Amino acid sequence: MSILIDETTRVLVQGFTGKEASFHAEQSIAYGTQIVGGVVPGKGGQRHLDRPVFDTVHQAVRATGANASVIFVPPAFAADAIMEAADAGLEVVVCITEGIPTSDMVKVWHFLKGRRSRLIGPNCPGIISPGKCKIGIMPGHIHKPGHVGVVSRSGTLTYEAVWQLTLLGIGQSTCIGIGGDPIIGTNFIDAIELFNDDPDTHAIVLIGEIGGNAEEMAAAYVKQHVKKPVIGFVAGQTAPPGRRMGHAGAIISGGSGRASDKIAAMRAAGITVCETPAEIGERVKSRL
Amino acid sequence: MKIHEYQAKAILARFNVPVPRGEVAFTAEEAEAAARRIGTSVVIKAQIHAGGRGKGGGIKVAQTPEEAGEIARRMLGMRLVTHQTGPEGRLVQRLLVEETLPVERELYLGITLDRAQAKNVFMASSAGGVEIEEVARSSPELLLKEPIEPGLGLAPFQARKLAYGMGLAQEAARGAAAAMMALAQAYEAVDASLAEINPFVLTTEAKLYALDAKINLDDNALWRHKDLIELRDLNEEDPLEVEASEFNLNYIKLDGNVGCMVNGAGLAMATMDIIKYAGGNPANFLDVGGGASAEQIRNAFRILISDPHVKAVLINIFGGILRCDTLATGVVAAARELEIKIPIVVRMEGTNVERGREILRESGLNFTVADAMRDAAEKVVRLAQ
Repeated sequence: MSILIDETTRVLVQGFTGKEASFHAEQSIAYGTQIVGGVVPGKGGQRHLDRPVFDTVHQAVRATGANASVIFVPPAFAADAIMEAADAGLEVVVCITEGIPTSDMVKVWHFLKGRRSRLIGPNCPGIISPGKCKIGIMPGHIHKPGHVGVVSRSGTLTYEAVWQLTLLGIGQSTCIGIGGDPIIGTNFIDAIELFNDDPDTHAIVLIGEIGGNAEEMAAAYVKQHVKKPVIGFVAGQTAPPGRRMGHAGAIISGGSGRASDKIAAMRAAGITVCETPAEIGERVKSRL
Repeated sequence: MKIHEYQAKAILARFNVPVPRGEVAFTAEEAEAAARRIGTSVVIKAQIHAGGRGKGGGIKVAQTPEEAGEIARRMLGMRLVTHQTGPEGRLVQRLLVEETLPVERELYLGITLDRAQAKNVFMASSAGGVEIEEVARSSPELLLKEPIEPGLGLAPFQARKLAYGMGLAQEAARGAAAAMMALAQAYEAVDASLAEINPFVLTTEAKLYALDAKINLDDNALWRHKDLIELRDLNEEDPLEVEASEFNLNYIKLDGNVGCMVNGAGLAMATMDIIKYAGGNPANFLDVGGGASAEQIRNAFRILISDPHVKAVLINIFGGILRCDTLATGVVAAARELEIKIPIVVRMEGTNVERGREILRESGLNFTVADAMRDAAEKVVRLAQ
């Protein structure tokens, strides 16, 4: 099994005809994902990658029966695109776009409350259920179907962890990149809860980084609710305070958001914390 | 993006947050003239992007315009060291000359993002003039908070609640509540990520002023604030970081000798961590981003090795959006053009990795290829010694 997406998921690409969107849509199609069409306002009626293009998400959903979308539109229009997808009732909305203003995401977050859509991201690599469905920009071939759930604030660091698992013969149920921004749709706890409830997920990998206190909150949740093995890593142990480390959300400010505090909280919750990113695979293996 | 105190105060004044009368001065003559126009004793404040200026000698009072000129002459050009600048300090190039005020009470006002609630939160405290993190630790009951509802702003009742909560009497509370609502409006209007007025003072004449002000702006929102982009002061930033930002590269200079070039912020941080774990010290954080072109890789490389402390370079790429062949092409071009002599360890995985490795092999250049991260870190640390 897997969480959120599988072989039945029907995916729209918002911003379909752009260069990156096209490249990654092709990769997803090659992986076997059901990309059923795309949305680009003003380009409705065209065909792209042998699939129909629509002017609005509503039209696209009516015509294709899509239940998920992936967003590749520029930052200035991304918040609107997320809300359009939610308004059309899509179950899973994955926003890859990096650089959305925080104040836009504040509005989006509250717009989504009470709606059925689950937003993943923004500023994330997406989500993959290996062998079934890939929505996002991660290289598909590094994954392997299996029973470890991976949730991470990072993109490439997640690939790193997944690749280590795959090399050790350990497959993954679903891997979710929740995004590096301060405000994101799906947080660690949401993902951990889903993995915890999924009988086919036997262990959970949690990859955090400096900034905010999402890791501390996740640790508290794990301590209270999760019996499955959880293996963690926190990036940024050598990051200087007060500097934004690439991700908008990765900043130690006013003495909070430090890696050391997160690691301590995770250890206190019984999470196996890796000292370096190179040992994530081995540590998972030792807990299975 | 950080801005100076005088720039933050100009923004606040636009939204009717009361600020002291003051002027920015770039020379001693300008400072003296400003003091003359202000007409009272003045305070001269060094404008650098760091706190703790008073203790370092960056805030001084002058009784006369002549004295203001003298103080300004000494302050301009000095390297001001505070607990936030590091031992090298910051060069003082701008001053704020401001009227002095008879302070009776020092309060604190601030706004920042509460990530978990996805809302901004307004903070107020009767314990102003000290670092608010210290107040939060030692006497959390003195730190009052009100969430700012998206679309509503800080409601008048919330502002009153905070003002009376700080123990202000009726007239002062009215003024403080108005200032708080104005601060919340300013924060939203400029897309700030942090705003602090510390201290927010009550004078012996029962007037309120933002005596100090700090505003950080959301980098992601600057495209819709063309006027605010101009407030950036490149003198406050490392020259290499400025250059990197021109190419949309996320580069932060650190003090080690192992240069690193990585795609993705998380992996870049993790690479720094593992270099440290292998006994070395990272010279920088460099995230070349998801969609980097060969040209961008070349620029990244050039910036990376122009740091004279860099003795070896680790390139760690996991190809997602950034394809390994694009990376390899950029690296080879850069290594040729820049005639790089220092050792380079390359570790890559992901999309088009075979083609990427082929390009490195066929280049005939001397790259050390590593398989895994630990291997790569150990190799580069050894080579940097």
